[in-house]
Amino acid sequence: MRQLIKQREIVTDEWRYADEDPQGAHRALILPLARYQTEREQWLQWGGRLGVRIGPTDKMGALQNDLPRLALIAIEFGGLAEGRGYSQATILRRRYHFTGELRAVGKIQRDQVFYMARCGFDTFEFPEGTDLEVALTAFNDFSVAYQSAADVGVAPQRRAG
Amino acid sequence: MYRYDPIDQRLVDERVAQFRDQTRRFLAGKLSEDDFRSLRLRNGLYIQRHAPMLRISVPYGLLATRQVRMFARIAREYDKGFGHFTTRQNLQYNWPKLEQVPDILALLASVQMHAIQTSGNCVRNVTADHFAGVAVDEVEDPRPWCEIIRQWATLHPEFSYLPRKFKIAVTGSPQDRAASKFHDIGLHLLRNEAGELGFEVMVGGGLGRTPIVGHVIREFLPPRDLFAYLEAILRVYNLEGRRDNIHKARIKILVKAVGPAKFRELVDAEWEASKEYAPVFDEAEFARIKSFFQPPAYETLGDEDVIAGRDNAFRTWYQRNTRRHKVAGYRAVFLSLKSPKRPPGDITAEQMDAVADLADKYSFGLLRSTHDQNLLFADVRQRDLYPLWQALQALDLATPNIGTLTDMIACPGLDLCSLANAGTYDVVDQINKRFEDLDYLYDLGEIQLKMSGCMNACGHHHIGHIGILGVDKSGEEWYQITLGGRPHGKDAALGTVIGPSVAKADVAEAIDRILNVYVAHREDGELFVDTVDRIGIAPFKARVYAPTHQAA
Repeated sequence: MRQLIKQREIVTDEWRYADEDPQGAHRALILPLARYQTEREQWLQWGGRLGVRIGPTDKMGALQNDLPRLALIAIEFGGLAEGRGYSQATILRRRYHFTGELRAVGKIQRDQVFYMARCGFDTFEFPEGTDLEVALTAFNDFSVAYQSAADVGVAPQRRAG
Repeated sequence: MYRYDPIDQRLVDERVAQFRDQTRRFLAGKLSEDDFRSLRLRNGLYIQRHAPMLRISVPYGLLATRQVRMFARIAREYDKGFGHFTTRQNLQYNWPKLEQVPDILALLASVQMHAIQTSGNCVRNVTADHFAGVAVDEVEDPRPWCEIIRQWATLHPEFSYLPRKFKIAVTGSPQDRAASKFHDIGLHLLRNEAGELGFEVMVGGGLGRTPIVGHVIREFLPPRDLFAYLEAILRVYNLEGRRDNIHKARIKILVKAVGPAKFRELVDAEWEASKEYAPVFDEAEFARIKSFFQPPAYETLGDEDVIAGRDNAFRTWYQRNTRRHKVAGYRAVFLSLKSPKRPPGDITAEQMDAVADLADKYSFGLLRSTHDQNLLFADVRQRDLYPLWQALQALDLATPNIGTLTDMIACPGLDLCSLANAGTYDVVDQINKRFEDLDYLYDLGEIQLKMSGCMNACGHHHIGHIGILGVDKSGEEWYQITLGGRPHGKDAALGTVIGPSVAKADVAEAIDRILNVYVAHREDGELFVDTVDRIGIAPFKARVYAPTHQAA
């Protein structure tokens, strides 16, 4: 079973990607954005919990009206150099007030976690083989911050209100 | 000068601990070379030709003497006894040991310094006019704004993994002295007709392999909107900037691709959409920061005739290396880091210690690094100029060449840098030897010569009155010459390449020929760069490439 960090705890993933569970038997499915958009009407009728996985070039505005139906959005990172996901997350949390699970997935690593948590990510699906105990320590990298942000799971002390 | 409170201090201390852990994981083989690279770069640590290079942040060029003494100590204990000031007003060490870098950063943190975001694809050190606070023509001191921008940009959760590096300069005088049009964002403090303070915002300037002059996208931005607007620019860039090609990833390429007018629309739309949660300008916090930049306790003095009865050498130095101050009885003093005995911007540990003592004695314990790779004592009593000059002479920091041809900017080039195509220090030596005659340099007047060892343009060659770019031609070092660049303000311009590159041995000769053309064509009191503009590059080109016997 896939392990991941959710709200600062190591847990077993309760979600399945669509290709892992083609029948939707698990009742919590993550669809690629393109497929979701093509089959949207059908999925809006579906009784299970629904998530989508988006890539770095996908626009958040296109999802705005569907957010109440989505319980999870997984944002794909291609590596350390990929930084669009931080803005996508900020827009989802702060502009569209998305309250569901926001998952960072792909080639992510421990040293991004503090920034990601500040942008509103609450779940971290690391590449296989990552030491999740080590990754958990990243939430404590900084106890202070200068910026206001969509902090989830971290509460750095700030000077201003 | 800004002083850290417990929050600032905790942040740099925790950064040191974080980097110590990252270094430990790398050395233990638990972090790949690639992953560590991205992390060490965020702390200014490069791996160069011979050794690592560590770049320390000097926010807007302002230094306290205890910080300079720490630079000296680190240079002695962890490097080869010297440091190098850069065009971003920072200091670089060229020989630290990778495993000792966490200890160096801990020492820096003990004097409220760090190397955060001196490299990597994030917001870099915010630079300013080195005459900030003392310039006669100043509208507003840019340094409190630089400091509040520094804090906002430090470990920014959303903008720490941008497509490419991001440089901001702030100026507070109508006369730009920070090359602000060649920055990703340039901010000009000004007052509107109602007398209110605001910013003119320029975006998309830069050098490198695609040099571009920045475009104004907002004529007057009230301070209350500063961070909301900066975040709108950065969010548009973060989402829309190219990430597929490192050479096309700077914001200037995006601005050029969509056009400045369209870019402005994108920023305005993003600004509007994010109003609900964009950072609110905190007046009280800004007042707190500004309180650290009050003028020092100037004495009530009159201007003096400080050169009357003094020796010629002092007069010359006074004329060349000191500048007017807004307070009567004071002068701003350059410490020339352009002695012919050392590469531009280099300073030894012994000089640093002595400079710190002198700044304590003569300039309120503060000094500045300039983007021209010199140092500045901003607040020297005119009556102290003579003893200060004597002391600086003894330290080889009084070469009276500020603003002249030999006040060259040069990157470290092939001697140290792994990106370089050609050496710069040999060429600096060659030019220093050829143009030893100070009277000739004074006759030539103001000339800014800027040299880079590769097209990344750390030496700003595009915006030198004379620019020199080192290129590699089948393994040999050659040099391309540009004329007519201007770094600052409304006249900001890129130089024009005069023709094929010249061989290494011929660079000083080519410069000499160029100067001869200027001397032959100049009108009364006309600056070199103005003559270039007036007569064009053709006469210079004809002379530089003429056979030797015709070129005299």
